[in-house]
Amino acid sequence: MNFAVLVFPGSNCDIDCYKAVEDTIGQPVDYVWHTATDLSPYDCIIVPGGFSYGDYLRCGAIARFAPVMNEVVKAAEAGKFVFGICNGFQILTESGLLPGALLRNKTMKFRCHPVTLRVENNHTPFTSQYAQGETIDIPIAHGDGNYYCDAETLERLKANNQIVFRYTGENPNGSVDDIAGVCNENGNVLGMMPHPERAVHRLLGSEDGRRMFTSILQTWRERHGAAAIG
Amino acid sequence: MAQQLSVKEPTPEQIAEQQIYKQMGVTDEEYGKICGFLGRKPNYTEIGVFSVMWSEHCSYKNSKPVLRRFPTSGPRVLVGPGEGAGVVDIGDNMAVSFKIESHNHPSAVEPHQGAATGVGGIIRFIFSMGARPIALLNSLRFGRLDNERVKYLFENVVGGIAGYGNCVGIPTVGGEVMFDESYEGNPLVNAMCVGIIEHDKIQRGVAQGIGNPVYYVGPATGRDGIHGATFASEELTEESESKRPQVQVGDPFMEKLVMEACLELINSGIVLGIQDMGAAGLTCSSSEMASKAGNGMELYLDDVPQREEGMTPYEMMLSESQERMLFVVEPDKAAQAIAICERWGLICAKVGKVTDDGRLKLFHKGEIVADIPVAALVDECPVYHKPSKVPAYYEANGKIDTARYPEVTDLQGALEKVLASPSVASKEWVYNQYDYMVRTSTVVRPGSDAAVVSIRGTRKAIAMTTDCNGRYVYLDPEVGGKIAVSEAARNIVCSGAEPLAVTDNLNFGSPEKPEIFWQLEKAVDGIAEACRKLNTPVIGGNVSLYNENAKGAIYPTPVIGMVGLVHDIEHITTQSFKKDGDIIVLLGETKAELGGSEFQYVMHGVTEGRPPQLDLDAEKKLHDAVLSAIQAGLVASAHDLSDGGLAVALAESCISGGLGAEVDFTTGLRADIALFSESQSRVLLSADPSRIERLRQHLDQHRVPYQVIGKVKGEQLNIQVNGKPAIQSPVERLEKIWKDAIPCLMK
Repeated sequence: MNFAVLVFPGSNCDIDCYKAVEDTIGQPVDYVWHTATDLSPYDCIIVPGGFSYGDYLRCGAIARFAPVMNEVVKAAEAGKFVFGICNGFQILTESGLLPGALLRNKTMKFRCHPVTLRVENNHTPFTSQYAQGETIDIPIAHGDGNYYCDAETLERLKANNQIVFRYTGENPNGSVDDIAGVCNENGNVLGMMPHPERAVHRLLGSEDGRRMFTSILQTWRERHGAAAIG
Repeated sequence: MAQQLSVKEPTPEQIAEQQIYKQMGVTDEEYGKICGFLGRKPNYTEIGVFSVMWSEHCSYKNSKPVLRRFPTSGPRVLVGPGEGAGVVDIGDNMAVSFKIESHNHPSAVEPHQGAATGVGGIIRFIFSMGARPIALLNSLRFGRLDNERVKYLFENVVGGIAGYGNCVGIPTVGGEVMFDESYEGNPLVNAMCVGIIEHDKIQRGVAQGIGNPVYYVGPATGRDGIHGATFASEELTEESESKRPQVQVGDPFMEKLVMEACLELINSGIVLGIQDMGAAGLTCSSSEMASKAGNGMELYLDDVPQREEGMTPYEMMLSESQERMLFVVEPDKAAQAIAICERWGLICAKVGKVTDDGRLKLFHKGEIVADIPVAALVDECPVYHKPSKVPAYYEANGKIDTARYPEVTDLQGALEKVLASPSVASKEWVYNQYDYMVRTSTVVRPGSDAAVVSIRGTRKAIAMTTDCNGRYVYLDPEVGGKIAVSEAARNIVCSGAEPLAVTDNLNFGSPEKPEIFWQLEKAVDGIAEACRKLNTPVIGGNVSLYNENAKGAIYPTPVIGMVGLVHDIEHITTQSFKKDGDIIVLLGETKAELGGSEFQYVMHGVTEGRPPQLDLDAEKKLHDAVLSAIQAGLVASAHDLSDGGLAVALAESCISGGLGAEVDFTTGLRADIALFSESQSRVLLSADPSRIERLRQHLDQHRVPYQVIGKVKGEQLNIQVNGKPAIQSPVERLEKIWKDAIPCLMK
């Protein structure tokens, strides 16, 4: 399985995502520059965190116009896995691949600390190895993680089971319905504010993020194994 | 011959007659010397260039004789003071580069940008050495937090540090914040950066190879920060607010791009010399690069990227616009360099050339606008040996016996008050605004004695800390200086690391005052002696003088940034108690030492007497004993005793471990003194009961005094002194007091 980690000017979790793929599942992974126009070799595209284009104008608002994003949209439409973390989540909402938007934290301050998430949907390619309702420790680090969508969209998200993670305990940023991560209707595009790539080693304080990567690999293998047999 | 250009600029004659040089901080005597070096009167650009290069900030003219007292070499030192940052060997062809620098005055008038650009500047020092920055730390001082202006400064300094570091993607992993009215109006903002580098990649800021082109990379030059270095070298006054335009404006996104481009340039092997444009901008970088290579340099100012129209040579040379670098390559490598910069979307312009005449020559609109011997700028700045005088307060304090204060009998209440004091209270409000995890190598997060960052692909890790107790240094600069180094090293040791080296940030008042110069001299003596004893040479640093407010000088605050090497990640140790039943051991001797303590400040409302004394032999012995015990696997937790003494150290180990403790401390001292004395050379360990005998033997062998004082137990902190109950409190309650203190004040 081939992974791409996108690099925009100002991405700064690109290295961490790359290392997490290497360390958790040992699959081939490439950094792919924001100007790239071909993502066909890749099965999973990670849109990493950071401050793409300095977060100027609005988080993710400029990155969504980078040439590579046309290819990300195509990849998502083709059913490939697209995984946006933090700024990557913001870019995916800006580009319309995911519903909603991310506003400034309610506290108006950047917040970096571990949070506890509840896995609300383990029927996605990214969460299949978690138990439904399981709580996991994954850190956040963002200034604009306040997920917002209108009431109608929220109802649709609930009806389609698109809310993948919720914060338990304190809601750190004011997100609607404590939402920490959502997927698209097909479930192949996931965006989340917390950083699973920062929770993949005992030394980092939590290993709960590992299963996100192992889930992706397992799902891909199952789907492709089945396809080969069929 | 230099010619006068701009109609608005004063002529050389006007500069002389109207003594315009004085507005730039140049004295009559210095002006005379400058005329001597030039063989004529300097024009406006030239006097501007001299004034920044000869400012204290760039020349260390007042502190140089004192700085020579530091030990600066050692078997591990690869690069000492003089380059952008020092470099220390950590084995296997790897090295660590680090430096601390102040942005005090800018932060006093524009806290957000002042602090942000302080972070930006220190990062550039590290990557200009060729090192990949892996961590940031800071050391901050503010007035009392019940003052609105102080809250504003605190909020915005923290916000500025967060905004810059988070965006660049370098974790801010540690630091210290203290509050005392001494810093009101003149906060201290010291930022430190640590980087990792392979030996063969170490860069120097040298302009090598006659005829080689000099390139500029980064954003265009504007009119911001003109005379920033001069501003940093004078006292803050009522008019300082008007100097807001001298504060630079930072763009961390640009810094990230410039950093990646420069590291790529360096890794490609084509760069012959590189230096950042920090204080004194283009002036300092060009003249220092030429000086270090023994060469000269010509700059073509029309080719300097400019973001404003009609900039004069004076403005371009003195601008401190941020995120700019200067580098030298061979002519046939220039295209490759430009391509790398362009890939990162950066402007890269040829602005000059290396020459063999030892002169800095500036050309603008077809004319020579400055022609100065490089050596005069860099090496010939006059050095002043300031008079020094023992201050009256020091003599008076010698007569105060802090053991004679009326006894505080409500020890529970005292502990709660000290824990709620902003200097001791949890700094979560601060560090939760910093991304301390990006790069996924932060193994020990902010809040323990030292932060620890692992090095990918190895078993090694780097421990780092910043430390200084300005009250101790004020009460006795020499002892305070020794303590600053010793405490930093103790923090490093408690984290399981071997102390390697030091970067220092000497924050003092005006050296024109003999009493202040005495503080500086004595503190440096103390630091130097401790560095020698603890084998931690000073590999670079920064001097910030003229830190004064309406009431006088700040407490002398020589901040020590120290880096240590964890030889194996298994050695990494934190301050938190680990499990019920572990035995608690106090190492070192507790004496009646309340001078300069947090207890004295909070409970008695004064800072007076002599600070705790320090025996460097005992300190060194303690470090050796603790580190070898950790490395032998005998220790579960280790915590340095500092502000708030034994009581606070126990509370912190309980709170961070989420566990209680049952302690009985046997002492000949009064209970309040025993629990809150800040005697030095003490460490609190906890150990599994199965290892306690070996630990005892180990401490005996190392001849370190110790006392088994209790065990980790339950959810309550119970402290007895000589069998008599002193403190009984649920840990949860202490935690709440400790954690809520700063957020409550900031609401």
